[in-house]
This record gives sequence, C-alpha cells and structure tokens, in this order.
Amino acid sequence: MRQFLAFVKKEFRHIFRDRRTLLILFGMPVAQVMIFGFALNNEVENAGVAIFDMSMDYESTLLINHIDVSSYFFVDRTCRNIECIEDAFRTNTARLGIVIPADFGSKLWRGENPAIKIIGDASDPNQAQVLTTYAKAIIQSHLAERASVTIELPILRSTSRMVFNPELKAVYMFVPGIMGFILLLVSAMMTSLTIAREKELGTMELLLVSPLRSAHIIFGKVAPYWLLSFVNAIIIVLLGIVVFDTPMNGSVVLLTMSCLLFSLTALALGIFISARSSSQMTAMLISMMGLLLPTILLSGFIFPIENMPVVLQVVSNVIPAKWFIILIKGLMIKGSGINMLWKPFAILLFITVLLSIAAIRNVKPRLES
Amino acid sequence: MKEHPAISANNLTRKFGSFIATNAISFEVKKGEIFGFLGANGAGKTTAMRMLCGLLAPTSGSATVAGYDVASYPEKVKQHIGYMSQKFSLYEDLTVKENFLFYGGVYGLRRKEILLRLNDMLKRLDLVHALNTRVGELPLGWKQKLSFSLAMLHQPEIIFLDEPTGGVDPITRRKFWDLIYEAAHQGVTIFVTTHYMDEAEYCDRVSIMVNGVIEALDSPENLRSKYQAETMDAVFQELARGTITL
Repeated sequence: MRQFLAFVKKEFRHIFRDRRTLLILFGMPVAQVMIFGFALNNEVENAGVAIFDMSMDYESTLLINHIDVSSYFFVDRTCRNIECIEDAFRTNTARLGIVIPADFGSKLWRGENPAIKIIGDASDPNQAQVLTTYAKAIIQSHLAERASVTIELPILRSTSRMVFNPELKAVYMFVPGIMGFILLLVSAMMTSLTIAREKELGTMELLLVSPLRSAHIIFGKVAPYWLLSFVNAIIIVLLGIVVFDTPMNGSVVLLTMSCLLFSLTALALGIFISARSSSQMTAMLISMMGLLLPTILLSGFIFPIENMPVVLQVVSNVIPAKWFIILIKGLMIKGSGINMLWKPFAILLFITVLLSIAAIRNVKPRLES
Repeated sequence: MKEHPAISANNLTRKFGSFIATNAISFEVKKGEIFGFLGANGAGKTTAMRMLCGLLAPTSGSATVAGYDVASYPEKVKQHIGYMSQKFSLYEDLTVKENFLFYGGVYGLRRKEILLRLNDMLKRLDLVHALNTRVGELPLGWKQKLSFSLAMLHQPEIIFLDEPTGGVDPITRRKFWDLIYEAAHQGVTIFVTTHYMDEAEYCDRVSIMVNGVIEALDSPENLRSKYQAETMDAVFQELARGTITL
C-alpha cells in the first residue's frame, strides 16, 4: 500500500508541476464548454425570409405581417418570381422562401385550406429542417386563427410543444457531449501519454526493476486521472447549469456513477493505447485518430445517429461515448431514473469490463519485456 | 548470516525464436566484488543482465541473485538489487527530495528513514544545497551521482550498473568510480557493464562476452598477461575482433 501511495503522490506531482498538463486538464474543458455553448447554435433567431406573394390581398398581407413580427423571422424581401427566392439564397440574405398562391385569400374565405409552399435552403440541411418546421408552425397557427374569424365551422387545431427543451437550446445537447469528449480526452490521452513518457525517458526501466508490480504501476497511473476527470465532470456540469441554464432533473448519485464509470472506460482505453505505443508521439496520434475523431463523429455528440447510414449506426454501438451521452441526456435533461436508463448503463459497464481486461492483459507482458 | 555468492549463473540461456541471445553462460560473483561485464553491442550483455534483474525469464539454465532464484522469485530479487542505467532515470520535473521520497516509497521505506539516508548521502556528495532543486536544473555529473545514490537508497546487496558513465567526461567518470569503490568497500556487490576499457581496469574481475557466450573471465591483470596485451583495450579487441562487422 505504501508503494502504491508513493506512486500516486509522484503522479500528482507530475501533473501539478506541468503547466501544459494543467492547462489541458482544466483550461480545455472550460474553453470547450464556452465555445460549443456559445458558438454552435441551432437556435432560430431572425432568419431572413423571401416571400413571393401571388395573391397580394388582405389575407396574404396579414400572414406576411405575422411572419415578420415573430422573433424567428424577418421578411428580407418580397419577390415577384421564384428566381428571386433563389437569388436571396445565393446572397445568403434569406434562409427560407415562402410562396403564397394567388387564390390564398379566396380559399381561406371559402373555408378551404390554401396550399402554401415553403422553400428551404438545403445547403445547410439541419437548419433548413428547423426553419421549415418553425415556419409551418407559424403559418398553421395563423391559418387557424383566421379560419375561426372567417367561418364559424369548428376546425381541428393542432399545436406542437417541444418537451424537455422548449427553446430548443443547443447547449442542452452539447453539455453531455462535451462531458463525454473531455472525459475521454483527459482520461485516455493523458494516461497513455504519461505511460509512454516513462518509457521514452527510461524511467520505466527503473520502475520495472523495482519491487513495484505492474498492477501498482497501472493503477498508480490511473488513480490520479480518475480523480481529476471526475473533478472535470463536475466543472462541466456546473458550467452547464450556471452559465447555460442546463437543467439537472435526474439523480445526482446516478450522474456521479455514470461519470466515474465512463472515466474508467476511457482510462482502460488509455492503458490499451499505451501498451501499443513506445513514444508520446505515437500515443498522441493513436488517441487523436483512434479515439477522439470517432467519438466526435459517431457518438451522436454533433451528428444525430438516426441520420447515419445503417453501417455507421451499427458501428456507433461500440463507441462508449454514445452510451454515456444517452445516459447524461436522460439524467440531466429528461430526469429519467435508473429504471429507464439501466440499459445504456449496463452496456457501458459491459464495454468497460471488456476493455479493462483487454488493457491489463495487453499491458502486462509489454511492460515486462 | 548464510554465505551465498552475490550472483551465480548456471548455464543461463535465453533464446528469442531461433536466435540465441545468451548461450549457457555460467559465472559467479563474490560479495563486495566489482564485476565488469564487457562485450560488444549485441553480444548478449543486456539480455543476461535483464535475466539477472528478474525482468526476463531464462529459457533454460538458472541463476541466483542475492541467494534467490531469478526465475522463481523475481520479486525477492528486485527487493535486493539496485539498478542504474545509462539513460538517466530520475524525474526531471521533480526535486531531488521528491525523487528520493518516491523511490524510497517504492521500496517500502518510511519517509523519515528516506530523508535521513538522503541527507547522509547528500552530505557525502557535498550536494546538500540541491535538496529542493528540480533535477532537470542540475548538471549531468551531479545527476549521475544522484542516480547512483538513488540506486543505493534501499541498501541493496547488489547494484547493476548498465553503462553508467555513457556520455560523461573523464574527470566526472573518475569521480563516479570513486563512488563505486566506496560502495564496494561497504560490502555492496557491483555488476557493471561498460564500453570504456579504462573502466574495465578498475574492476576486480572482468568477463568478456562474444556472440552470447563468455569468452574470457578473469582479473584484468591475468587477462592482460594471458593475451599478452598491454591494455584491456587490446584484450577486448583481440576477443571481439571478427564479430563486429562494420
């Protein structure tokens, strides 16, 4: 035990003495949360709309006004032909086009449903999707309102409500994602780097001829980073809550357990990498290419998994961060309990156990020979 | 106290696939002896040394170090040996004190005891002022002395020195050997590999390995007279010639 403690103490000294390490450990999570939180934004706010109004009557003017006063849109230009809408897209002044048919007002007064064409600028498909949905909602509510004035027929009204995140704030999505990303970065990359560093400097040799067992070395390397990544998780959650009003609806105990479990997953990955690399450079490259990229791309952090080709959807199942993100989203935003989240938790646990076994088996003979 | 040779190798062999790195070498090192382990690069020195340190299991044959069999009790062996390699092995970002506290802890020593011994060693090296200096800021000669002291910290019976003076100027090397002599005087066995033939002269006995086998083993004087050479360098050239392809 004394040996183990001596080792852990030494690791902490390394970490706290190296400004670069500290910066990566604590500066990066904060910077990431801020950047993702403020910059990556799917929210619709004052998007330009090009409107081609063929009817030019009282009703169409009312509709256009309604769209213009909403906080989501402003009327960028009124057009006289379809080409004009495309032009507006090309100059990036409008992101959405709306075509009002010539019989708009008369149909409305006859109690029929006038057809309105909404044109999205699909060069940015996600945004086009979101904008069309918003526009539809506005138009529908306007039509319903007008219909109740123009005719006395009872009409079927539909309203939509976004639950859990009524303002569709992107931050809610990113906080769990960044947590996964940072924990992975800190745990996997940093452990693989420190082990590779000992190999590179030759201090590993000295550790190996000492009575330290490989288990001491492995766990001694892991323990400090486990603790630090946990501290990191807390920082990210607090930042999310304080700065971006991310809700925290679920159980704190479960959240803690999920973070600890996922850090362990990442640490096992880090040890696995270190077993395969003899220099810090290699360790860095493998963690970057082999871990961070797939995590960013395939975990559902930025790109929805449901929209991926089936092959990638299958592959995404082995990305531990995917399950972690599902867990954290469920916990923080939806307030789900373990009865709903046991499955991702169990899968993550399973992956972790497998990885740990593989890591220890791999690293032991490599440390020793 | 039972008397056993510090190191005893008996037909110690290690193969890597079909390549025989160390081929049935046998030798004994007495307690308190300074034993020079020479050989050209690739002669099998490192493999033999790794087996003696309990890092590598022998393919066949056996060896005892400090009375323990290296294959069966590598952990016991590790507890009783010190090791210093050519690669400088202190942590540069830690202070002298922190380095010693760490390695002492690794050998299960108490903090108080470590500091006591460290203080003693620094006094003898005249380096007391360096206690709280980061190792990275110290000159190479000092680092080397500290590395040696570190290997001695847990008072091992045997110290393995793997090319300890690589890249060091002759004066510092000479001073370093004073440390080695001092340790040997206290009864510590020294097992040292080197490429410097003047250092080979300082050893009590020297073995020269060629292609995985020990070609010669005797005191430097005896070797010189046997091979009718003026210096150890000539002896080494004689034995290793033809095995090194340039």
